[in-house]
Amino acid sequence: MNLHEYQAKELFAQHGLPVSHGIAVDTAAQAVAATRELGGDRWVCKAQVHAGGRGKAGGVRRADSVAAVRAFADEWAGQRLVTMQTDADGQPVSKIYVEACVDIAQELYLGMVIDRATQRVVVMASAEGGVEIETVAEETPEKILRATIDPALGAQPYQGREMAFALGLSSGQAREFADVFVKLSRFFHALDCSLVEINPLVVTQAGHIHCLDAKVNLDNNALYRHPDLAALKDPSQEDEREAQAAEFGLNYVALDGNIGCMVNGAGLAMGTMDLAKLYGGNPANFLDVGGGATKEAVSQAFRIILSDANVKAVLINIFGGIVSCATIADGIVGAVAEVGVEVPVVVRFEGNNAEVGRLKLAASGLDIVAANSLADAAQKAVQAAGADA
Amino acid sequence: MSVLVNRDTRVICQGFTGSQGTLHCEQAIAYGTQLVGGVTPGKGGATHLERPVFDTVRAAVDATGATASVIYVPAAFCKDSILEAMNAGIDLIVCITEGIPTLDMLAVKARLDETGARLIGPNCPGVITPGECKIGIMPADIHLPGRVGVVSRSGTLTYEAVKQTTDKGYGQSTCVGIGGDPIPGSHFIDVLALFESDPATEAIVMVGEIGGTAEEEAADYIKAHVTKPVVAYIAGVTAPAGKRMGHAGAIIAGGKGTAAEKFAALDAAGARTVKSLAEIGDALGEVTGWG
Repeated sequence: MNLHEYQAKELFAQHGLPVSHGIAVDTAAQAVAATRELGGDRWVCKAQVHAGGRGKAGGVRRADSVAAVRAFADEWAGQRLVTMQTDADGQPVSKIYVEACVDIAQELYLGMVIDRATQRVVVMASAEGGVEIETVAEETPEKILRATIDPALGAQPYQGREMAFALGLSSGQAREFADVFVKLSRFFHALDCSLVEINPLVVTQAGHIHCLDAKVNLDNNALYRHPDLAALKDPSQEDEREAQAAEFGLNYVALDGNIGCMVNGAGLAMGTMDLAKLYGGNPANFLDVGGGATKEAVSQAFRIILSDANVKAVLINIFGGIVSCATIADGIVGAVAEVGVEVPVVVRFEGNNAEVGRLKLAASGLDIVAANSLADAAQKAVQAAGADA
Repeated sequence: MSVLVNRDTRVICQGFTGSQGTLHCEQAIAYGTQLVGGVTPGKGGATHLERPVFDTVRAAVDATGATASVIYVPAAFCKDSILEAMNAGIDLIVCITEGIPTLDMLAVKARLDETGARLIGPNCPGVITPGECKIGIMPADIHLPGRVGVVSRSGTLTYEAVKQTTDKGYGQSTCVGIGGDPIPGSHFIDVLALFESDPATEAIVMVGEIGGTAEEEAADYIKAHVTKPVVAYIAGVTAPAGKRMGHAGAIIAGGKGTAAEKFAALDAAGARTVKSLAEIGDALGEVTGWG
């Protein structure tokens, strides 16, 4: 789960990390009121969306007058922001964040992730702040400094100092940097983060270390122990069908092809999509009905798949382990009768109760194409989806 | 021979009396697994599925001599359960549960590396040596005792690979599901090493997926250490970047972890890769000459 910048910064502040004072608002009038509350004569206005690249897209702007703040809010409130990280429709601007302005002397990068290769939390820092860290990693990997957090001991101040001096900071700044380093690691562990990025972390003209941006991704598997964080979820930033699917314990990811896929197991779901592609088709989605799929879940899966107007055929591939093909068959028959499926449906059953499942489909009298193997199923689905596949 | 488990492996179950533990232990017992008891704190002294229930793993180990444990407890309690098993001297811990917080696994993994205990999973179907010992949730009847070692990050993809090797009559020495999480207890290379030194394993099927670099590390390992034929398949060619594909670990992050990179690494290592999931059995027949 992702947090908005304004949410992340509020949490940063609670953990003693240096952030600017800011107020998140919905309207231009509120934005103007925020300038009064914040004081000063210059502010930064930031459109709040779950995507990077906001600055280049015009979603972050310095405002030297109240009128400029109002103009920014008028421009973006209720609009969608398209950045290089969003699709062509962009993301809805959820809030406008008005922040006190900071004079920047130097921009740095500080990030913290779970590194799968070393199986440790790894901190990365670079003097090349404000740019895509992936680009820095690709083109000049030597410019990225790394530190590994010991899982038993946690982050130590010396690690932060080593980084700070390697970044060329003064001794006073190094002390502040080490403090941010240790606090950020505590933050990461306390909130069960999977990624935290401060890009840029800046040295202000007054010579202090300051978090100018905050990107926080939380581990979904750990949300059960953070109900306060779970409540920060912003459904407007998520794909509607994906959110709908999640409510029924289904994993759905929308793609741009025309073969709707319903599969049990994440790996097999990917394998089935790949097979459709291999035979010249294009999958419309990833959908894992999960190990404990019920009749209702299957029925819901059908609705979600068919709510995509591009879908010209549905490919169902079930390898019954825990889940019984008979249960899935009941779900399919129920859904086809209920939802009124007008595209061809190709079904391949294997494993637990496969034969019973096949018989149920055959006896239903519905127009369902039975496939006798994996390859056969993929080929029949590609064929059914038609020439524009 | 086989790897990890055989007909003599004495297994206990943590979360024995729960619904998942009960369902899958019943099936394991029916399969012939030496399931010698289980652990449910507070229910020690009871009998379940005609086996003794213990309050702690240590009590279960002392009484039964178990060396393996299978964990079916909810995700929130898995860190505790794995550490308990490790501390009681269990050699092989198989954790089926999906959804364990990543930082919990990070702490567990650091401790595992110190003790030398082996963890399979989490978020996996388990381990089976066909005809001898089944620890996990895989359907029993698709397996056949035989000569192919199967290692996979995905449950249903494992079943797919297993079925093809059974249909061809090759059978399996042992099948190991290492799970779909970003921080697994065991990696491909751990299991490849076991298969390489197991006389009963004549060929290896490796099923990977997008995300992380475990397949690339496996490719390096295969090139340097594996003499047996390897057939490899990677799922997720059509997966978009930045999207988590069901498994917590299946995500192309920062442009890294794509299927194309993994296929290329395995090709370069001399493994036989298949782009079609349906061709694992055929490819195995070709590389081994079994036909």
